[in-house]
Amino acid sequence: MQLTDLTIHQLHDLLRAGKTSSQEVTQAFLDRIADTDEHVNAFITVCPQEALQQAEAADARLKAGDAAPLTGIPLALKDIFVTEGLRTTCASQILNNFVPPYDGTAVAKLKEQGAVILGKLNMDEFAMGSSNENSSFGPVRNPWNKDCVPGGSSGGSAACVAARQAVATLGTDTGGSIRQPASHCGVVGLKPTYGRVSRYGVIAYASSLDQVGPVTRDVEDCAMLLGAVAGYDPADSTSVDVPVPDYLATLKDGVKGLKVGLPKEYFIEGLDPDVKKAVEKAVDILRELGAEPVEVSLPHTDYAVACYYLIATAEASSNLARYDGVRYGQRVDQEQGLIDMYRQSRAAGFGPEVKRRIMLGTYALSSGYYDAYYLKAQKVRTLIRQDFLDAFNQVDVILTPVAPTPAFEIGEKTANPLQMYLSDIFTIPVNLAGTCGMSLPCGMSQKGLPIGLQLIGRPFGEETLLRTAYAFEQAGDWHQQQAPL
Amino acid sequence: MLSKYEVVIGLEVHAQLTTNTKIFCNCSTTFGNEPNSQTCPVCLGLPGALPVLNKKVVEYAVRTGLATECSIAPRSLFARKNYFYPDLPKGYQISQFELPICEHGRLEIDTKDGKKTIGITRIHMEEDAGKLLHDSDAGSRVDLNRACTPLMEIVSEPDMSSADEAIAYLKKLHQIIVYLGVCDGNLEEGSFRCDANVSIRPWGQKELGTRAELKNINSFRFIKQAIDYEVERQADILEEGGRVVQETRLFDTDSGTSRSMRSKEEAHDYRYFPDPDLVPLLVSEEWIEQARLELPELPEAKIERFVKEYDIPHYDAEVLAAERTNADYYDALVKLHGNGKLCSNWVMGEVQRALNENGLKISDCPVTPQLLAGMLKRIDDNTISGKIAKKVFDAMWKSGKDSDTIIEEQGLKQVTDLSAIEPLVDEVIAANPGQVAEYRGGKEKLMGFFVGQIMKASKGKANPATLNELLKKKLAGE
Repeated sequence: MQLTDLTIHQLHDLLRAGKTSSQEVTQAFLDRIADTDEHVNAFITVCPQEALQQAEAADARLKAGDAAPLTGIPLALKDIFVTEGLRTTCASQILNNFVPPYDGTAVAKLKEQGAVILGKLNMDEFAMGSSNENSSFGPVRNPWNKDCVPGGSSGGSAACVAARQAVATLGTDTGGSIRQPASHCGVVGLKPTYGRVSRYGVIAYASSLDQVGPVTRDVEDCAMLLGAVAGYDPADSTSVDVPVPDYLATLKDGVKGLKVGLPKEYFIEGLDPDVKKAVEKAVDILRELGAEPVEVSLPHTDYAVACYYLIATAEASSNLARYDGVRYGQRVDQEQGLIDMYRQSRAAGFGPEVKRRIMLGTYALSSGYYDAYYLKAQKVRTLIRQDFLDAFNQVDVILTPVAPTPAFEIGEKTANPLQMYLSDIFTIPVNLAGTCGMSLPCGMSQKGLPIGLQLIGRPFGEETLLRTAYAFEQAGDWHQQQAPL
Repeated sequence: MLSKYEVVIGLEVHAQLTTNTKIFCNCSTTFGNEPNSQTCPVCLGLPGALPVLNKKVVEYAVRTGLATECSIAPRSLFARKNYFYPDLPKGYQISQFELPICEHGRLEIDTKDGKKTIGITRIHMEEDAGKLLHDSDAGSRVDLNRACTPLMEIVSEPDMSSADEAIAYLKKLHQIIVYLGVCDGNLEEGSFRCDANVSIRPWGQKELGTRAELKNINSFRFIKQAIDYEVERQADILEEGGRVVQETRLFDTDSGTSRSMRSKEEAHDYRYFPDPDLVPLLVSEEWIEQARLELPELPEAKIERFVKEYDIPHYDAEVLAAERTNADYYDALVKLHGNGKLCSNWVMGEVQRALNENGLKISDCPVTPQLLAGMLKRIDDNTISGKIAKKVFDAMWKSGKDSDTIIEEQGLKQVTDLSAIEPLVDEVIAANPGQVAEYRGGKEKLMGFFVGQIMKASKGKANPATLNELLKKKLAGE
């Protein structure tokens, strides 16, 4: 067993016992990154010097007996989190030289605990994508099969954990961007309830949908990392003042009597047979553990993808207006006046998918179209949320596949954006409903690619999610499988 | 020619609120500091930064809404107004669009034909943009100190029918928001800016004419000029058989004319939508009632009260109530002294004169209402005359001492004792036999001459009433 194979809770115990040091662990991960990242391309920026300094400080804290759960634990961050003094690109050329003067709230919380930040992770540009092929720093490769995508947009966050380049990572999830790559890379990823984790210092894609969450090796780590970043933040008006429970306290309470909803709209034709089999097996396991599967209906599921691509792009078109060449991006100098400067700088700085979504969102908000698109989408969103609230009157958690297929091949869907958008069909409704969902490994495809199981909980019901996930995980050994890298 | 047309004017006022910090962050709103020294990730629009609403701004807007009889929305929304400009760091301005905080208010103005009610369509809150500094050598630079400072936009109904009415409305609105303490009203610094929508139509025509919007005019005088010019311009077009086009025009104060800035076709599509970074603003009924209770007395009510309670002329009351600090001073003074008219004479007279001479505001007046009331009591009890009082007032202004101390120190106490005045009267009568003869011959105007001489001899301290009585007797030869 190597240091890089361990989980947060395992390393925490070793560090506390003085059996290893944060510097030793950090160096092991830095070495692992150096050895493997040319194959994975999970990192946009690695910061060895800063990481080792943080490790040294963590060791001092450990020695002083003042250790928090994450003290000395090497983590990495999706390059969407602004980090003081550390370049933050959002995988876009328009921010390729942006060094933020401040830390966001989630990052500040990790630093307060004394966590070590190894670097910044690759992603789809501005979190727009489902395959991590939309990065201006090149695609990330799936550690299970280098010809396959890791999923997106937090592809770097998931691949990094699967490749054991960091103990755990933070990602963001707007329409499945944590859960879908976690599923494709065989790791655990959780999208908390909207408002559970502060968005302050997270570069906005779609503000009403974006949420920060952990990507980890197992469910216990997931509970620990969520507990570290969750909580009300006065700097984020949309964060909610609900107390953060001790997720570890109820983790092992089991699933006896738990009602698990199976939405009939999610078990449809076109679902990959391996995925279907793995998810059905998961239902059996939970039943054996004492849970009670119940069929439920989420009748507006069909409209979710269309609804999402109007709301998310509308918000994005406005959120990305600040990248205009005045302060960000390479200002094109040969311009003919102000408007042309905007046009050329933005044309040069943004990639094709980002441009596509800005145009779509601009259109949806345009005078004369607003009611038909944006407003209608908001109404549909309300219905989708109601679907979930109704279902949670009958069940405690909802169980679905994360994605219709396991990881697909690099280049397979790039020519057809609509096909690509459908890979988030099971994850998008959760963001629209504003509730929480997680992905955890539940099997392998015949081609040896991981398959994820999605659990969806009530708003602020992360405890139930984690408890269910933990029971399922401990009944098998999917979380112990390692990518052959 | 102008009399053929009815003029229709609606006004949009942007008032900068006097909160200490900006509308969505904690940066200071102080004017005139080093460029970009009052900024943070939020008002710089840095990636990842989020706005948090300053509650004080809501309080100020609600106060203004209540003072103009608006209904206050229990739930209102912030929206993004999207457009590109280098002084707008986020590429959108956070404003209110649907569901503003206040709607359906009104304001009464005085016109030459009597009172008139001007409707207020809405009042909403928004953030200001930064400022561009143009430097021919170094190009243009952006100062974001002003970015994110709180503004209140007050939109009127098109209820005004002349530049004079527009000015009356603006002055009234200006007075109210300054009274409320929500805006400093400084036009030169841009704390109170006005856009005017002007159109004309033949008398009797129901539908409105095509309007032009006159942008950002920063003095009452220029607003009048700009409106008058615009009315004439549109009338000329109609007279020549032309059509007015809908456009935004910029008034040039040097030439007294305006030029087109952009036409309707070039108008922005702002793509307003609710800002997902801010939750709907909920204002409770109790909170509104509390704000209503805390509203200060407004000018109208104050004038009425001054006339009724203090028994002063309407003119005095209007002058005193024009500014809240003046009115407060006067109010405090009357409460201490009691004689409304004497107090208003002093505040409008000596106090105002001394303030003007020293370039001070009444809030900085060294003679407090307490000091002044103390002195006025000495006039009442005949310790000093009104004339000596001016001397005492100047001494209080300079030294800050109270009137009794000054009267004592400078020996200014009025002489009422007959035995002290009589020798002076005798002396003056003896020294001026010619004038005495003329007086006795019927030239009674000379009375003033004798009073003056005796006063001079008494160094102004002789009680005028006592003196007059005695002098008359002596001159009559009694």
